[in-house]
Amino acid sequence: MISLNREFLQRTGIVAMLITGLSLTISGCQNGGSDEILIGHYGSLTGSQATFGISTDNGIKMAIEELNAAGGINGRKVKLVTYDDKGEAREASTAVTRLVTKDGVVAVIGEVASGLSLAAAPICQEGGVPMISPSSTNPKVTKVGDMIFRVCFIDPFQGKVCAKFAREHESLKASKAAIVTDQGSPYSVGLEEEFEKSFVAFGGTVVSKQTYQAGDQDYSAQLTSIRAAEPDVIFVPGYYTEVASMILQARKLGMTQPFVGADGWDSAKLGEIAGDAINGCFYSNHYSQEDPSPKIQDFIAKYKAKHNETPDALAALGHDSAMILFDAMKKAGTLEGAAIAAELAKTKDFDGITGKISIDAERNAVKSAVMLEMKNGVPKYVATIQPGE
Amino acid sequence: MSDFAQTLITAIAIGSLYALIALGYTMVYGILKFINFAHSDIVVLGAWGSYSLSVRILPALGYGLNEVPPVWVALMILLLAMIFCGAIGFTIERLAYRPLRRAPRLNVLITAIGVSLLLQNVGQLSFVFGASPQDMPPLLSDRALATFSFGEGESARQLVIGMVDVVIFATATSLMLIMQYLVFHTQLGVAMRAVSFNTDTAALMGIPVDRVVSFTFVLGSMLAAAAGFLIVMKYPSISQPAHTIWVLLGLKAFVAAVIGGIGNVRGAVLGGFVIAFVEQFGAFYVSSNYRDVYVFTLLILILLVKPSGLLGSTLREKV
Repeated sequence: MISLNREFLQRTGIVAMLITGLSLTISGCQNGGSDEILIGHYGSLTGSQATFGISTDNGIKMAIEELNAAGGINGRKVKLVTYDDKGEAREASTAVTRLVTKDGVVAVIGEVASGLSLAAAPICQEGGVPMISPSSTNPKVTKVGDMIFRVCFIDPFQGKVCAKFAREHESLKASKAAIVTDQGSPYSVGLEEEFEKSFVAFGGTVVSKQTYQAGDQDYSAQLTSIRAAEPDVIFVPGYYTEVASMILQARKLGMTQPFVGADGWDSAKLGEIAGDAINGCFYSNHYSQEDPSPKIQDFIAKYKAKHNETPDALAALGHDSAMILFDAMKKAGTLEGAAIAAELAKTKDFDGITGKISIDAERNAVKSAVMLEMKNGVPKYVATIQPGE
Repeated sequence: MSDFAQTLITAIAIGSLYALIALGYTMVYGILKFINFAHSDIVVLGAWGSYSLSVRILPALGYGLNEVPPVWVALMILLLAMIFCGAIGFTIERLAYRPLRRAPRLNVLITAIGVSLLLQNVGQLSFVFGASPQDMPPLLSDRALATFSFGEGESARQLVIGMVDVVIFATATSLMLIMQYLVFHTQLGVAMRAVSFNTDTAALMGIPVDRVVSFTFVLGSMLAAAAGFLIVMKYPSISQPAHTIWVLLGLKAFVAAVIGGIGNVRGAVLGGFVIAFVEQFGAFYVSSNYRDVYVFTLLILILLVKPSGLLGSTLREKV
């Protein structure tokens, strides 16, 4: 018995040593050179929202390259650590916990989807690490705490923009709307509420409300119900994979109504999957690729040269959130979370790709939105709507 | 009227898919008395296998990925996917389940969950299928086979019978008829039923039990592959292998098998159609919010009223 125990102890000892050694090597690798500043990014690099994370990551990396080429932050270079959250809330929490506690990043950028930002924001808030969401529009995200920021507009504005557009734009002039919501997504549910409120306030009626779940493949039951309610327009605040399948199925059912959506549609995949079925549908977005402003065209040219595709709004917002963060880090002169957050909160009229960015008291950006129309699989600029309107 | 008929058509198409998958659950249960949790992952393999085969075979035959090839190409891909999944099903049974033939049933059940996780995660590897959704190239024309108009003017509505729905129903029905013939009219079928009735006695009568079990797995996996193929025909955007949508699909097919009476081949088909009808008509007439709730409520009701399922015989305890 004693000899067995000794053997057991020896074995456990060896295993423990191996594990410690291994974890030391791993953490040694991740901390990088001591003079580099680590920034974290969590995003969906795979899964049904994969283009969101990939575009954002490309945008952030471009900003970092520009910064490092120009000398970094007070002489120190910045390095990005990116983790894939696969578009799942559970994975997002794990990724951010790892960024905050293990990698010890100075700040975190992410997520695109509001549901995932909401899952990870409390971890950054508690860890005292500033988090900037490039494109989560649900108002609740920044309400998590004073460490959480965003560089995009929020859904009460976006919902109103879509409702006003559906009601007043000459090719729509809709009085009856149907809404299809992803019931598991805070982004979708929040936008649905704002849209309905505004659409009714502008004198329209909502004739049918349907729901689906992320990953659903069949929408015929919802669409048949909607078809029976005879709306003029169908509002779908969802993400591109599901939206594209839904529109394809609607067209097969002989429904010709235009669909209207929001920034969750913004992906090159939308046109690829839906093809001609999506022509004549509209969505609100953060910027238009056709904007002639030299800053935007310069960004598009650089991005195209590197990735061989036109950057969507998520790439531009990824770039902007990194730039705003660097600006705040330079001004703070320290890498302390609270100091950086204080500088981020003071951001005013920052000249970003997606427009002038000012952070308000609620840590949201106040910006204009654009409406785009899908034509031959690509989004074309239709209108710009200012925050005051 | 047109909306009712439209919902009916969808329900029949989806019911055919559930029935095909439910058959695999029910056959394995009938013979080995355990639930093969890896069955839904064979459907995934069927779906992704069809995709991988298509993107390789179509260019090799000189067809573009956006044009519809002749029917025989689609048939060939279906057949290849079925053979591929049959082989995988055979391998899984041989390597994972056969060594546990004499082990407690719980061990096999847990192994099945392990196999399921293995298939899901290996499928997500970048050199296998990858972890992002892909678009299936069209193998069938998606035109409407028939369109009927109801009503006049503003409220005119169409009833669209899609090519794909008809193909799904036709393929599933013919496969199920072949199945029915195999199980009830061939010697192999007699052997299967004998093994299902009493494994030990069947073995004593000279029935090669291992071979019959292997054959059951191959058959179930081939039906699952066909279901996977038909799913990507109807829904060309294929979710990544570990997506919860596949788990839910497998779960519903399993519910179909239970509702019909698990172990009963005709019951699985009936169960598949019943839950598709409940799901689709519930979503249309009541609310789409609770689409999955209808299915699982029905399961609870059936289990309360007739625990052996609609066509299930009362449980005979072996003495």
